[in-house]
Amino acid sequence: MTFRESFEVTGERALLLPYMMCGLPDPAGTVELFSAMADAGADGFEVGIPYADPLMDGPVIQEAGTRSLASGMTLRRGLEITALIREATNLPCAVMTYVNPILTMGVAEFAHAAGGAGAGAAIIADLPVDESEPFAAALENEGVGLVQFAAPTTTDARLDRVVERADPFVYGIAEMGVTGERDGSSSRAADLAARVRSRSAVPLVLGVGISGPESAAAAGRLADGVIVGTALVRRVLDAADRATACEAVASLVGDLAEAMRS
Amino acid sequence: MSVVDRPDASGRFGDFGGRFAPETLMPALEELEGAFEAAWTDPVYQEELAGLLSDFVGRPTPLYEASRLSDVLGVRLLLKREDLAHTGAHKINNTVGQALLAHRMGKPRVIAETGAGQHGVATATACALFGLECEVFMGTVDISRQALNVERMLMLGATVTPVTSGAGTLKDAVSAALRDWVATVETTHYIIGSVVGPHPFPWIVRQLQRVIGDETLDQLGDTKPDVVVACVGGGSNSMGMFYPFATGTADLVGIEAGGYGLDSGRHGASLVAGSPGVLHGARTYMLQDGEGQVLEAHSISAGLDYPGVGPEHAQFKEEGLARYDSVTDAEALDAMDLLSRTEGIIPALEPSHALAWVWREREALADKTVVLCLSGRGDKDVDQVAVVRSQ
Ligand SMILES: Cc1ncc(COP(=O)(O)O)c(C=O)c1O
Repeated sequence: MTFRESFEVTGERALLLPYMMCGLPDPAGTVELFSAMADAGADGFEVGIPYADPLMDGPVIQEAGTRSLASGMTLRRGLEITALIREATNLPCAVMTYVNPILTMGVAEFAHAAGGAGAGAAIIADLPVDESEPFAAALENEGVGLVQFAAPTTTDARLDRVVERADPFVYGIAEMGVTGERDGSSSRAADLAARVRSRSAVPLVLGVGISGPESAAAAGRLADGVIVGTALVRRVLDAADRATACEAVASLVGDLAEAMRS
Repeated sequence: MSVVDRPDASGRFGDFGGRFAPETLMPALEELEGAFEAAWTDPVYQEELAGLLSDFVGRPTPLYEASRLSDVLGVRLLLKREDLAHTGAHKINNTVGQALLAHRMGKPRVIAETGAGQHGVATATACALFGLECEVFMGTVDISRQALNVERMLMLGATVTPVTSGAGTLKDAVSAALRDWVATVETTHYIIGSVVGPHPFPWIVRQLQRVIGDETLDQLGDTKPDVVVACVGGGSNSMGMFYPFATGTADLVGIEAGGYGLDSGRHGASLVAGSPGVLHGARTYMLQDGEGQVLEAHSISAGLDYPGVGPEHAQFKEEGLARYDSVTDAEALDAMDLLSRTEGIIPALEPSHALAWVWREREALADKTVVLCLSGRGDKDVDQVAVVRSQ
């Protein structure tokens, strides 16, 4: 499945797109973890590939990145694991990382490897639309979309450029701040969603600060997809072993999926 | 070779700089660029800034003929005395200018990162002056090695927030400040401490620090220095000194932290031993591994313990406008003693690096005129040096 197909198939209902750091709970167990989330009702994934200085991430995902790097994770291995996740689940995957590992690998080579892995999209947290042109061009050559971000602070002039370039979706930053669990009570996501919708039909996926069934369901009513990251990652970091980690994320994904479908 | 007056629309100095920042921050960076541009060309801002620099900061700082040390070195050495600026380092030039800007922009809260604590103290000072709320992020390792400055910040009414991530040093403090800013950008101005970060910060900080070089040129009169040397952490005192000299004939030399030696892999020499990449929002030279993961720096000097450098320095290096070298922790410690005992000036560990280079190169520099940016005083380092010496 591609993102485009998934958005079409589910129609009115928003996609549930869990974020998970690859390399967790251990590199050999990552595919099992994603499969458990697929079985529990995930519609696609954001596959995190670690960077040592992740400016958009709060303490939980920072810790996950540190653990993943310590286990030997690299951008290349992360893309290999993404291919395995695709194979095991047939769900669309967006790979998420930061600019510098991509520059080191080479933008064209990254695009080629991401395309080869079957990634449908790249999410690059420190790449605003202003700097995105060379990355978008290379990725497009390989059939991979480059997601663009819209934040509550994004001006109208910027939003026009964001919705025009976003592929396959706009990542709407639902709350101010870096990734982390929040109560989801901010009204900013609704304003942002309305501003995106008034400009374009491009799918909107909301993420950042969405952590439980209630906030996921609320975000789902505003958007075409919902990303939940920190709450899931924390369960894996807290789990004693692989089986417990899989159970813990499956249980939360199940609850999220149920809340978003009702 | 071309000196950039102001970076292009994408915030580039040649191939370096730019704005690699989360979207949440981008509108604030655009707003800041406009606000600084308006302020910088506004005679009212310039007049207020000039008044503060003279009456509050104590500028111009002297250009001091270090005669006794010159005799020892066989080199004519002139010291630009930024250590005599209020709060004891050049950092205040930047923080007064940016606090004035924050005040104009109506931002009630300021955040900053600090390594040596000098930028934190200078920010806390400027915030006290303008009645702004101030929170300073500081790595836990730096909190213990620069304890005096932590107490000063608290006394000035700032909050000091310990940063435990990474190595607990300057890089981690910058990252923590940027993460805070992602949440608070609508009410908060980030006073970054050096010519680093996403555009427009490298440009703003250079403009506010170029007073060092502009004054020095004035004070030199007809004297033409052969060499202008300064230490490079993020690169603000050096760029402030170099920039007005960049079109002239002096040899510009930036000295980075060699730590335990470049071969040890434990240093802070991003220009000398690093490679281009993106760190803290700008394309520049940085310390990184083969996978593009940023490496931890090391220096005895908290202000130079940083794995990146301002993008304009990267351009200066690439275009041959300046050259860069490094000295080790041990060389810097010796230079600190040398200046203390020959001139009665205890320098900070950071500019001791620049001085150590002059000492090492004294034969090649024989009979030349060297201007050295003495970026700060050493009080903050006395305790740490005593500990190192006793080991
Ligand atoms: C006295 C002094 N000199 C130099 C530096 C290094 O910074 P920069 O390279 O931006 O001048 C610091 C930083 O804390 C400092 O305190």
